[in-house]
Amino acid sequence: MYARSQILLPVRASTIIGSFALALFLSFLPWRDLRLVPDFVALVLVFWCVHQPRLVGLGVAWTLGLLADAGNGVLLGQHALAYSVLAFLSVWLSRRILWFGPWLQALHVGAMLLAGQLVVLLVRLAAGDAFPGWPLLVGPIAAALLWPAVSWLLLLPQRRTEREQTI
Amino acid sequence: MEHTPPPFFKRGPAPLVRLFFFASLSLALLVVDARFRYADGMRSWFALAAYPIQRAATLPLEIGERVAAYFSTQARLVEENAELRAKALAYSRDAQRFEAVQAEAGDLRRLIEASERLQVQAAPAEVIYAGRDPYAHRVFINRGATQGVRAGSPVVDETGVLGQVTRVHPLLSEVTLLSNPDQAIPVQVVRNGLRTVAFGGGASGMLELRYISDTAEIQNGDRLVTSGIDGTYPPGLPVASVVRIERDSEQAFARVVCKPAAGVERGRYVLVLSHDELRPPLPTEAQAGKERRAEKSRRARKEAAKEREVDVR
Repeated sequence: MYARSQILLPVRASTIIGSFALALFLSFLPWRDLRLVPDFVALVLVFWCVHQPRLVGLGVAWTLGLLADAGNGVLLGQHALAYSVLAFLSVWLSRRILWFGPWLQALHVGAMLLAGQLVVLLVRLAAGDAFPGWPLLVGPIAAALLWPAVSWLLLLPQRRTEREQTI
Repeated sequence: MEHTPPPFFKRGPAPLVRLFFFASLSLALLVVDARFRYADGMRSWFALAAYPIQRAATLPLEIGERVAAYFSTQARLVEENAELRAKALAYSRDAQRFEAVQAEAGDLRRLIEASERLQVQAAPAEVIYAGRDPYAHRVFINRGATQGVRAGSPVVDETGVLGQVTRVHPLLSEVTLLSNPDQAIPVQVVRNGLRTVAFGGGASGMLELRYISDTAEIQNGDRLVTSGIDGTYPPGLPVASVVRIERDSEQAFARVVCKPAAGVERGRYVLVLSHDELRPPLPTEAQAGKERRAEKSRRARKEAAKEREVDVR
């Protein structure tokens, strides 16, 4: 398997919680045009659903979605729905994705994030909002481009040091 | 004989079942929130949970500003100080004149027996956070129910009306900006007193006047202020100025685009006005009053009848 060329250490719960808190922090930063900013929470969620499908799944996704909804002051449940769909897709595809190299993984992730964005868009259109324009697609694409860096960073606490590897 | 799988195969319900469960839960929440507004208590709890992270996310900006303020040069401070002094002088002169004019206006209003205008209370607040959602034109301010903010209060900045408080959480509240397509504000053209309603223009950040007849007297550069007839916004606050008028002889209404006076998309310090006293009694209350009166008269009639009975005896 590509991503598991070395045996990783077991993941710590604090790493998962810390990464979600950091993602929420990044998404709450006062950005100028929010359509162009990747959804960090969704990206980290996909990462953990792909790498730890037994620990992070739909329940976590739904709770995070509600936090994002309440924090952003939008209709309660739209991000919860989108993140649930996203978590389902990533748990479902988790065995497949990890066989690919980082950029092919990013392609999968981009498609999933676009699906999540589509769910939000459909909910908003059903609630009677206007279409916010095509820059909406920039966020998921930017997030997909960030995927290799994010997965390298989030796997860092699980890697062994050089000395441990040689033993 | 029943065989149960060993515990390490147990992974709960299938993912598809879970997706179905959580999706229907979310959809139910969406409907409840959008149509009936029952979910506000739950929203407050989640907003409270997200509050520390939100506050932390605005910290870098604040720290940056503080550092920048620390390193601002002496010359600039002196210059700014002089500027502010001049401004304060001008304002104090205006304030004195305003007091005199207000007293005069009060006298005149008493003369024509109009109801007196009440003082509007203002509380300062800071915009801590712009909503991430590109569909909703909302900002969050750092005052909530514990500081006495109530839903429906108008929010202004130093140049004009910014929007209205639409949701109040314990420590912060949400302000819907005028540019939100669902937001409407009653306005009046300063030049000729033409009354109309301005609607949010959505993504453009502009305001729009709908249902202005093709022949109405309105022109580029006209200033719009709140008319105050809805009882929510105090009258006379600057709202917008007209920037473009599209008249089409084939349509009954002209399309008028206005630029908001306040920094709807910028600015950090705002005032929350408390408007409770401004509101005229609601029709339902008036109805209730009428009923009470009717009941009173009924009771009076009954008592009179009783007295008559006593008299007969």
